[in-house]
Amino acid sequence: MKSSDVILQTATKVVFFLIFLFAIHIFFAGHYTPGGGFVGGLLTASAIVLLLLAFDLKTVSRALPFNYTIMIAIGLLLALGTASASILFDVPFFTHAYDYFDLPLFGETSLHSAMLFDLGVYLVVVGATMNIILTIGSDD
Amino acid sequence: MTNLLLFPILIPILTASVLLFFPKRVAAQRAVTVVGLVASIIAALFLLRTVMTDGVQAVTLGSWPAPFGISMVSDPLSVSLVLTSLLITLGVVVYSFRSIGEGREKYFYYPAILFMLTGINGSFTTGDIFNLFVFFEVLLLASYLLIVLGGEKRQLRESIKYILVNVVSSAFFVTTVAMLYSVVGSLNMADIAEKVTEIGQSGILTVIAVMLILVFGLKGAIFPLYFWLPGSYAAPPVPVLALFGALLTKVGVYAIIRTVTLLFPHDPGFTHELLMILAILTVIAGCIGALAYYDLKQIVIYNIIIAVGVILFGVAQMNMAGLEGAVFYLIHDMLIKAGLFMLIGVIIAITGTSNLREMGGLMKTYPGLAWTWLVAAFGLAGIPPLSGFFGKLLIVQGAFEADNLWGGIIILASSLIVLLSVIRIFIHAFWGEPMPVKGTSAGIYRGLLIPAVLVTALTVFYGVGTEWLRPLMWDAAEILHQPSIYIDAVLKE
Repeated sequence: MKSSDVILQTATKVVFFLIFLFAIHIFFAGHYTPGGGFVGGLLTASAIVLLLLAFDLKTVSRALPFNYTIMIAIGLLLALGTASASILFDVPFFTHAYDYFDLPLFGETSLHSAMLFDLGVYLVVVGATMNIILTIGSDD
Repeated sequence: MTNLLLFPILIPILTASVLLFFPKRVAAQRAVTVVGLVASIIAALFLLRTVMTDGVQAVTLGSWPAPFGISMVSDPLSVSLVLTSLLITLGVVVYSFRSIGEGREKYFYYPAILFMLTGINGSFTTGDIFNLFVFFEVLLLASYLLIVLGGEKRQLRESIKYILVNVVSSAFFVTTVAMLYSVVGSLNMADIAEKVTEIGQSGILTVIAVMLILVFGLKGAIFPLYFWLPGSYAAPPVPVLALFGALLTKVGVYAIIRTVTLLFPHDPGFTHELLMILAILTVIAGCIGALAYYDLKQIVIYNIIIAVGVILFGVAQMNMAGLEGAVFYLIHDMLIKAGLFMLIGVIIAITGTSNLREMGGLMKTYPGLAWTWLVAAFGLAGIPPLSGFFGKLLIVQGAFEADNLWGGIIILASSLIVLLSVIRIFIHAFWGEPMPVKGTSAGIYRGLLIPAVLVTALTVFYGVGTEWLRPLMWDAAEILHQPSIYIDAVLKE
């Protein structure tokens, strides 16, 4: 007998975006309030896991066609590149830079290169978590 | 250049990250790995020259002032260890082309080696004790992958033990660092050393020193803590075994050397006495193991344990001769163990077994292999023109100067047993009646033998060029003997 998951699937479609937006918020808030790349990445991964619970593996990988190993590699390169940029200016490795910019919608905002490093962490965390779950999940 | 000392760490991790993009293209994996390693070796050579001319190099990451940021420090000891690790890894990678098999190469074999190398070079270079922990975990995580990659039954069983032991020892490490932090209030090694000198090495600090010796002893396989090593190291394929045997235990040894010379040199009556007793017991336990087995891998694995004991015995003397001998012997041992493991890999590829009783008479068909083995065996035992001689000579001299007569005699006697254990392989495998062997193609034989011969040749140069290397080793030992040079280089201004 085929069971019907209408309620679960409909709720997931809404909740997924809520969790995802919250993850993005946590990620950007990391510099001034609790949060950052690690929890942001875990929350994003948990949103995708919710999708996996409500739908099946094939549907989700069709909707989100990422190669998570490549995502880890990109994250690593991003983090390494941000830290290595200081080599070009001959200051010690990992020296970060920041400045204030006038952005169209946000007004005066401070942008910090540590955010790029955090983006690398975010990608590695999402990639690693999804890799683990998908590998175990698709194992027969 | 401010960041030169980071290049031997950064290039491997960059190469490894790039390799993650195309795991299934074996030829590209090999090419990129070799290019990355050669680039790292060039960087390490530049670094060596800078350290020799300008003294200890230090950089504190993120432009923070010294005790607050993570310091990376390159002194003669760490830079020569970094260079040795890179050379050995290059040799093992070339050796892997013919021996590891495409199945493993397609599943992140080369990235794992490079990540492990990142951890090893980082551990040798870092000047921050928690950062040392992080680099330990980097190299351990990569080594977990290398030990289990391939998924044979034996590998699975031994990797469980290996991971279990290392997780426990890492937890101990964190606890010890927490204790140290609550007593001293700093994680920067130079800063810790200075504060320990200021407040005097009280009882609790000696306890922490002993706990650190236990933690690093578990990684570096000293006497009561080596139980996991013979089984775990025999499980993975030979190139991985060569990397583990040459590099991993030496990271633990290096960490012990730093601990007892830089951080806690003030109560030698307890910590160094303890270290010396443990080192002698390690040598004896290793000797028993090296004689007990008729298995190629086990004999050389127990020789690792003997060497760890010899090096730590040299360190425990805390005089210039002992320390210089330990540094000499440490690098000799990394090179010679890589050479020996690569050579037994060739023997195993030819005979199809690692049991000594099932082989014989290889001398007639494979003379090149036989003579290389003989040279490596003499080098290991310390026959004068070869590499093991000078280090052990200085260690024994240090022991006699420090009035540890019996310790010195045990070290000398252990050389005989080392020689016996490896010459037994020579006699059983190469002399006698030829036994039917599996044989191997000439291409594979040459592909395996050439890197093994090159690494062995490196040890011969190391032995013959002792006079040329002496200034470097002298500088390295001087910094171990007078930690103030290290502390001043990090906490300058």
